[in-house]
Amino acid sequence: MSIVDRLKTIDRRIIFVAISLAVIIPLLFPIGLPIMVSPPAQGLYDAIEELKPGSKVLLSFDYDPSTMPEVYPMNLGVVRHCFSKNIKLVGMGLWPTGVLLGQEAFELLAEEYGKTYGEDYINLGFKAGGIVVISAMAENIPETFPEDYAGTSIEEFPIMKGVKNFDSFGLAVCFSAGDPGVREWVMIAHSRYGKKVGAGITAVMAPAYYPYLQAGQLVGLLGGMKGAAEYETLLKYKGTGSAGMDAQSIAHSLIIVFIIFGNVIYFIARRKERKKV
Amino acid sequence: MRRQLPLAICFVMGVSMVVQFFIPHRVSQEFYRTILDWYRIVFAFSLVLGTGTLIKVHWAKISKKSKGWQYSIITIGGLVFMLAVGFITGIQEGTLFMKIFEYVEVPLEATMFSLLAFYIASAAYRAFRARTVEATLLLIAAVVLMLGRIPFGYYLWHKIPGIAEWILTNPNMAAKRGIVIGVGLGMISTALKIILGIERSYIGGGK
Repeated sequence: MSIVDRLKTIDRRIIFVAISLAVIIPLLFPIGLPIMVSPPAQGLYDAIEELKPGSKVLLSFDYDPSTMPEVYPMNLGVVRHCFSKNIKLVGMGLWPTGVLLGQEAFELLAEEYGKTYGEDYINLGFKAGGIVVISAMAENIPETFPEDYAGTSIEEFPIMKGVKNFDSFGLAVCFSAGDPGVREWVMIAHSRYGKKVGAGITAVMAPAYYPYLQAGQLVGLLGGMKGAAEYETLLKYKGTGSAGMDAQSIAHSLIIVFIIFGNVIYFIARRKERKKV
Repeated sequence: MRRQLPLAICFVMGVSMVVQFFIPHRVSQEFYRTILDWYRIVFAFSLVLGTGTLIKVHWAKISKKSKGWQYSIITIGGLVFMLAVGFITGIQEGTLFMKIFEYVEVPLEATMFSLLAFYIASAAYRAFRARTVEATLLLIAAVVLMLGRIPFGYYLWHKIPGIAEWILTNPNMAAKRGIVIGVGLGMISTALKIILGIERSYIGGGK
């Protein structure tokens, strides 16, 4: 068997080991590559910066643990930004697991910023129904979410005093890993009720949402781990998004090397076959 | 009657919702709110139906000892266990429910999804070939975008992130808009077919 044939049928375990090392080594020994901020990330940051202290932001946690490495750092970044500006946060979810991840983010940062549950932030929990839940919230939030995620009546929490519908919020941010998610928030909250909407989504979803961004239906967009890292750069701190970018850089580069190498092997093999014929 | 009644309900409700959208009157808004409440109730029942079907399917697998029936025990066991834990301890931070979520479900789901990186790398080496002009264009766009999404791309050539952004905001967006408009028109035509009773497969087949 020639070298070309051997490379064509290379054991996939060698590729697996290479990609493992490309991810693990930069995580253990960070390189600290600088991150450039793109306009979509800047847009979301600016939208939150424009809000006055005491105003409210609605966060929709529409993702699950499988996409946590990408979306959770964005979630943390936005919560951190809002807490640092004394903006009150109302969380909820169209995905059941997202609610628990959002709560984790709240709990993690509430202590750091001295925030109290029910006064500075609240988690309304999961409600099934997707787009209908958003429509119902636009009409009446206390009727849609009469209790928080733990089953306590929302009337007991000062943060919910006077909250009727979307008019009570300066911005809605959806952290999404699929449907229902950003599309539904844009369709109802923005297009029908004129609410400003921002989004944090997985990298693979990002190209699909650029039309919404360009049309002004989204004020900003964080796409994948890069989006999270950009937001962390804007907030001037290093979180898991920034740390993950080193690993992602090396892994992407390795995949590109694989693509180029695979194609070189393919063309050499093809030329050989043509010569034989 | 079994076919005519659902078709009539569908027609009346479909037309009512379309008309309601264009009428900002109080009665119309109240009608909309009532329908939203109904929809949420129906959706809640669909969750019960879904859970029931899940149990039925896996129970049948266990009873017949079909291939992989052991996994069905884990599925039903997990469902019952998490339900019981949720009801008994609640779902607040620090409860057993949250601990299982944080230390079992989160790592399991993250592990499953992270396996994708290995398959992408393997597929990149074995299958991503510049066999045709279209495939070559796709390959170049993918490489530029991948480089544009990482800081390393900037160091390779400072214009790469800009080119990647251009690909996203021009050719990608043009194609995406076309698809979105096409899907939108398709949805409208399908909705009309359902409302007018032309498309009846949702009531169990037939013409």
